[in-house]
Amino acid sequence: MARITAGVATSHVPAIGAALDFGKSGSDYWQPLFDGYDWSKEWIKKEKPDVVVLIYNDHASAFSLAVLPTFAIGCAESYAIADEGFGPRPVPVVLGHADLACHITESLILDEFDMTIINEMTVDHGLTVPLSLMFGQPEAWPVKVVPIAVNVVEYPQPTGNRCFELGKALRKAIRSYDEDLNVQVWGTGGMSHQLQGPRAGLINSEFDHEFLDQLVQDPDTLKKVPHIEYLREAGSEGIEMIMWLIMRGALGKKVKELYRFYHVPASNTAVGHLILKPTK
Amino acid sequence: MNDHEELDDIPGTTVFTTERSRQGFQLNQFCMSLMKEENRERFRLDERAYLDEWPMTEAQKQAVLARDYNAAIAQGGNIYFLAKIFATDGQSFQQAAASMTGMSSDEYAQMMLSGGRSPEGQRSIKEGR
Repeated sequence: MARITAGVATSHVPAIGAALDFGKSGSDYWQPLFDGYDWSKEWIKKEKPDVVVLIYNDHASAFSLAVLPTFAIGCAESYAIADEGFGPRPVPVVLGHADLACHITESLILDEFDMTIINEMTVDHGLTVPLSLMFGQPEAWPVKVVPIAVNVVEYPQPTGNRCFELGKALRKAIRSYDEDLNVQVWGTGGMSHQLQGPRAGLINSEFDHEFLDQLVQDPDTLKKVPHIEYLREAGSEGIEMIMWLIMRGALGKKVKELYRFYHVPASNTAVGHLILKPTK
Repeated sequence: MNDHEELDDIPGTTVFTTERSRQGFQLNQFCMSLMKEENRERFRLDERAYLDEWPMTEAQKQAVLARDYNAAIAQGGNIYFLAKIFATDGQSFQQAAASMTGMSSDEYAQMMLSGGRSPEGQRSIKEGR
């Protein structure tokens, strides 16, 4: 059977992708950020996951406002890289695991999570920057990806509780797949940031650190945090952090924290990163 | 409609609600069109003519022409869509964000290096906290 061996959380700031793509990762500005992922890159080389179920949000790339799914899952064989206005990132095409994705889709919907099903889409920095942070710049990505896209662009986003519950259903779905696969679940986005209006640039490291602690130790309390709290405390775009709760829900009750990194700033954003191991 | 009193109480912030999504639909669709290089080229060549192909309001078009992103957001624009405009201009997300705050790009960059904008006094207009 497929096994969930770890959870990874990371921010997915577009400027991180640009820094890497344009050879600036060694600059004074970017070096401290990339250094924070050195441990993770070594760790994942040893872990060798077969598949990453990657929770992320599309940033007006694959989904316009014509159709905006709250939760969507990719069942395609591959995903082309989106042109976000300056040409596609020069990164490898993302290969899907269509069979596992179809199994997860059926399991989730029968479990009453009404997923939107995607058979063709492009993926933007929300999905590719986490891959770059964990795997660097390979010729081909060393994992297959099952993308799960969450609407965090338009209010109301799904609640923290709904995200956490989806994670639990995802756990059941993955673990009932009849092939011995090493599967990781990644939650991406955040941490505190605001990209719009006179309040742009907001960072709340106190909120972020508390979020990191609670995500590890007490997700049942964290899942109850309402939208308004994220919006006020973590900035209008900080609400992306609800996606980390899906990852946490998929890991089961107890986890061991293997690694943590926090850095301000990457462009407008506080970067957070966790590696968690399910313990029971 | 639902009461959005709490959402409207956050200083310097416009929460992108379903209502605003309706209001800004054509503006945001125009932004999406800039994901194709041939459209970016046509837009650069004659911005006004390109905008006139879209059923947008005059206020929306003026906000785009002036690169006034606060005005564009007030007209239903969403920042992830508007990002296609400043990407077309070769401007970074940080420069675009700075332009909405009344700070210069340098001042804004310095604020971010110093840990960002503090949430103190930025949480609620009504409660002044």
